[in-house]
Amino acid sequence: MPTGDRPMTSSYPQIVFAGTNGGAVLDIDAYIAAGGFTALRKAQAMAPDDVIAELDASGLRGRGGAFFPTGRKWAFVPKPEQLAKPHYLVVNADESEPGSFKDREIMLRVPFRFLEGCLIAAHGIESQHVFVYIRGEYEREFEILRDSLEAMRKADLLGGVTVVLHRGAGAYICGEETALLESLEGKRGQPRTKPPFPAIAGLYAAPTAVNNVESITTVTPVLEMGGAEYAKLGVENSTGTRVFSLSGDVVNPGNYELPHGISMRELIYDVGGGVPNGRALKAIIPGGSSTSVLTADDIDTAMDFTSLVDAGSSIGSAGVIVMDDRCCMVQLGIRVSQFYEHESCGKCTPCRVGTKWVTQILQTIEDGRASQADLDLLLSVCDRIMGKCLCPLGDSDAIAVLSYVDRFRDEYQAHIDLGRCPFDGESSLEGILAPSAMHEAHGHEKVRA
Amino acid sequence: MSVAAQVQKLRKQYPDPLSAVMPALRLAQEQNDGWLSPDAIREVAGALDLTPAYCLSIASFYDQYRLEPVGRRVVEVCTNVSCALAGAQQVLEAFERELGVSAGSTREDGEYTLGTIECLGGCGWATVVAIDNRHRLRVNVDDVPGIVEELRGA
Repeated sequence: MPTGDRPMTSSYPQIVFAGTNGGAVLDIDAYIAAGGFTALRKAQAMAPDDVIAELDASGLRGRGGAFFPTGRKWAFVPKPEQLAKPHYLVVNADESEPGSFKDREIMLRVPFRFLEGCLIAAHGIESQHVFVYIRGEYEREFEILRDSLEAMRKADLLGGVTVVLHRGAGAYICGEETALLESLEGKRGQPRTKPPFPAIAGLYAAPTAVNNVESITTVTPVLEMGGAEYAKLGVENSTGTRVFSLSGDVVNPGNYELPHGISMRELIYDVGGGVPNGRALKAIIPGGSSTSVLTADDIDTAMDFTSLVDAGSSIGSAGVIVMDDRCCMVQLGIRVSQFYEHESCGKCTPCRVGTKWVTQILQTIEDGRASQADLDLLLSVCDRIMGKCLCPLGDSDAIAVLSYVDRFRDEYQAHIDLGRCPFDGESSLEGILAPSAMHEAHGHEKVRA
Repeated sequence: MSVAAQVQKLRKQYPDPLSAVMPALRLAQEQNDGWLSPDAIREVAGALDLTPAYCLSIASFYDQYRLEPVGRRVVEVCTNVSCALAGAQQVLEAFERELGVSAGSTREDGEYTLGTIECLGGCGWATVVAIDNRHRLRVNVDDVPGIVEELRGA
């Protein structure tokens, strides 16, 4: 159990992980004894519009990466009187963004708080049917949710709402809401055009709200404490706490629930213990691999939506990856691009073909075979992907790689000028084998297109 | 219970039975030594009134559905950024040596399949290794001989 070796108390307010003392609450009686399901009863005694108003007051914005206001999303769902179709709540538990591992820990440690949030949300959008789409690789998390749900069923807490746990089977693209819906409907997980938006025509063409695990789990304390109280935490444009995932070259990697607005310096050095082995901080990816890289100069940036945008990046899924000075930024580009190349669903040509080209050109730069024109070609390919596909997967590859070139231009130029990688085989990412390269090496391409 | 019978139970969860194709494929794979043979796919197709071609189109999309036989034990090392920084390549190469399989292959005797895998959502507990889809955390190169010893014994 990964949480067992951390200090039991945090000096920061714990909202998502309240009452866990660094551990997990897996027993329903313990959860109830500590006040569990009070929020649900409170919500059920409220009109759905009042539940939505509470979410509006909280300022809660989606924790999956898009940061869309939760209350507003639910308000988009037409009332049953307006559109006489079943309404669905779909929870996105397909956490697959490199650097992000918070939803896993939430499901492992506070499954009842999460499931309670599902029922509150269902009430808010007047839905009797909840689907939790959980990535196939989260097997233990699925088991814990299944057992927790069963305990709630036995305790007669579901109130006529059906909750279906649907397991994914290994596809990052299914974290994109419309691809998730396609997958849940039993099709290949490829994105749809929007409009129509899921609120109007989502699962089975019916009104659907798609929300992230952390967002839904936060709904419970929002109802408990009241939206206005929740909004006192964090900062104005990013209220509340956030579960930051910290990984990479840092002494204390892990998930940390902290208020929005904490500085990156505090997160990495005070909470994270700094960079190990006396190495220098070189680069930080602040919000999962789809976000622009920042440099050591950005260390005092506040971890909130607006501050990170102003710094030229974004908060994304709050997956913070720290890199020290042993990391070659061209190799980082290759590894990240290989991920997007592998995960591209194949529907849109600029992504399907573009991600492959980005990886290839980066490889020629790394191998010292690139000309100056190749660097221009790399930027041109990224431009040909950006904004030209149905979903942001291709964009993510382009955004990431463009930021590595932009922030570490000298390093990219050095590869070209020297005709080799200046790290001479000593980079921390040297020789890393990616699934896409592994498949090529064995002469079989995974059939996806 | 047969795959077909279990699938009939599964499909009841969904307003549209087509949604059951994913859990049905997972079930059929689990009951067919960890892979979806043409017969296993036909069984799913029959149980859901779908064509085998349709079921193959779903099976071929997702990484967890195997369309070729796998070893009795499947070992997958995450090599995405955070795990790579924590030494995933050294862990992978240690498994290659200890198991006698190169990454992306199944050993001749059918015991082990070894591969790399994309982010498993355990970045702060790097390096993450999935063994038959159960995750080992904080695996470093020194842990590999012990893990392999465990696999040999099981």
